[in-house]
Amino acid sequence: MSTKVTIIRPKKLFHLRDLKELWQYRELLYFFTWRDLKVRYKQTMIGVAWAIFQPLITMVVFTVFFGNLAKVPSDNIPYPIFVFTGLLFWQFFSTALSETSNCLVTNQAIITKVYFPRLILPLSSVLTKLVDFLIAAAILAIMMIFYGFVPQLSSIVVVPLVLIISFMASVGLGLILAAINVKYRDVRYALPFFIQMLLFITPVIYPASIAGKYSWLLALNPMTGAIQSARASLLGTTPVNWALIGISFVACLILMFVGIYIFKKVERYFADIV
Amino acid sequence: MEPIIEVKNIGKKYNINHQQGRYVSLRDVVTDVFKNPFRFLKAKAKSVAGINTKEEYWALKGLDFNIHKGEVIGIIGRNGAGKSTLLKIISQITPPTTGEIKIRGRVGSLLEVGTGFHPELTGRENIMLNGAILGMTYKEIAKKFDQIVEFAGIEKFLDTPVKYYSSGMYVRLAFSVAAHMEPDILIIDEVLAVGDTEFQKKCLGKMDEISKAQGRTILFVSHNMGVIQNLCQKTILLEKGEIKMFDDTDKVIHHYLNNGEHSNAVTDFNVDKTKDAQISRVTILNKDGIPSARIPVSEKFFIKTDFTIFKPLSKTMASLMFYDQGEVLLLASPSDSSMEIGDYEIGNYSITAEIPAFLFNTGQFFFDSIIHKPMIISFDHRRNLGFEIMDNNLNPRSVIFGGNSPGRMAMVLNFKIIKLSSDIKPNGKI
Repeated sequence: MSTKVTIIRPKKLFHLRDLKELWQYRELLYFFTWRDLKVRYKQTMIGVAWAIFQPLITMVVFTVFFGNLAKVPSDNIPYPIFVFTGLLFWQFFSTALSETSNCLVTNQAIITKVYFPRLILPLSSVLTKLVDFLIAAAILAIMMIFYGFVPQLSSIVVVPLVLIISFMASVGLGLILAAINVKYRDVRYALPFFIQMLLFITPVIYPASIAGKYSWLLALNPMTGAIQSARASLLGTTPVNWALIGISFVACLILMFVGIYIFKKVERYFADIV
Repeated sequence: MEPIIEVKNIGKKYNINHQQGRYVSLRDVVTDVFKNPFRFLKAKAKSVAGINTKEEYWALKGLDFNIHKGEVIGIIGRNGAGKSTLLKIISQITPPTTGEIKIRGRVGSLLEVGTGFHPELTGRENIMLNGAILGMTYKEIAKKFDQIVEFAGIEKFLDTPVKYYSSGMYVRLAFSVAAHMEPDILIIDEVLAVGDTEFQKKCLGKMDEISKAQGRTILFVSHNMGVIQNLCQKTILLEKGEIKMFDDTDKVIHHYLNNGEHSNAVTDFNVDKTKDAQISRVTILNKDGIPSARIPVSEKFFIKTDFTIFKPLSKTMASLMFYDQGEVLLLASPSDSSMEIGDYEIGNYSITAEIPAFLFNTGQFFFDSIIHKPMIISFDHRRNLGFEIMDNNLNPRSVIFGGNSPGRMAMVLNFKIIKLSSDIKPNGKI
């Protein structure tokens, strides 16, 4: 008989079976992502165009105020493309982080009525943001052609790595916050503020070199390494710093595992306290 | 043969704070710690040591039972007996505090109709999404798609967002998706209470088919004894989180209907002398004058309100207000049928209302007992008292509606039928 035996016990520790189960539920992951994408721009006038407008307008505003008026240095490349490269990864990270942190609360109705591996929800939140990222990346490609930038050969490796780093950073941090958010809704109010603060300590609107000899302090923030490396390989601002990528990668990997560990630990009680 | 579901010593403890569903704010915790660091530490230490019993509440305690393949099991019990908690544990939505359950097969649970339906998505899209949430694979859904649509009868509205659906259509579609799941074990909470009668019958037929023809195991919670009797061979009676009885359905229902647990039949209230008048006790009595909060639909019953007048009151009366589960006021009845409002001297009083048989339909009802000056002031207002009307298959409408008569009232109206003539003119006029 090929029946699946499920054992329900008070405590369940992380098991390899969980990964298998996640794989079994991959279609649900797809459906949740599909739902979020489908629903997002319903009942809007310009629809998907929002995914283009948001990064574009942010870039224009930042260029006018920080680039032209405040004369923020940009490693000797045109400010628009400098800031847009930063924004591309930054927005992926920050929107994925905030979606992930709220995903359990927004899907409360489903969590309390149906069983599925809860990790599906944060994963689908990030996948949804990945689509936005791809749209914005297309804009960057157009801008690079316009400004005549040829990406270095290393970007074939660096860009995916940077994307994985941003992914792990947002998932790791997001899972921890999501688990806290279930019990303490303070997260919902603190997070937008927190993300705004993070923007200023991440070299999105300014180059990391601005901090001079203290720039290693910025490097503590994994997104610093991510954005700097992306600029280095795509725009050739500085030589690609492989050590920095390595450190960021390991740091985010650890962050993600800590996030998964915390999430799994409290996962089963979500329905009781959400 | 091994049982398909093995339940061993299952218990579920809730923290009352969590039970109320209000989330805690981090700020509250922090202020608590600073205001009263010692009390906080003491409470924390107690909860760590496991001696803090004040806030605990066992929704389920020491459940043991086995269910075999192909059995259809009913689960009954009054509100708060732990029926839904049990289903949630078996569905893996919430973990048990003690014990172990072994399940051999795929579980599909239907604790709510239309879980995960998104109002902005069309019927077609929601079928796919809801199917996936219920654990069906894309292939399964695609294969069953036409059957689902046909069963729900919404062909024309397939590409309309469900937010424009009538509630009936919505429920039909949602149930239809669920009815086409093919798990080994199907878990159903009281979801049939919604929807129109015809569709309910269709669903019951479908469930019958699932269990009989396909040999599937079903766990079914309902307040409707008629449905339980029709569908389930065996029934579990839960009482205060424990199994009171697990036997053939007829025996269990008989026991349930005839052994009313009287705690809810009599409700006492603390005396508060600062009030001008106060209700001290509300009692629900069956037709023989014995306290019981569970009344067969075919019998009359009484609601007795004991109250004390602390100060002479003029133009005062007692009233009862009956509510549906959904807080819909069904009936507001003043104590005085002649609408004369009396004067009361200081003293103890008792007032009894007779509720005729076949007034309320089967199910749970709530009522308020009030001492008031109508439209001016209410001296005492006791809310959320409850009773349950049971189906004992004597309801004349059960015959017609198969034990599942619709509506909240059970009164049978008198109709008079007269045949006017035998010949019908072509234009329809007589």
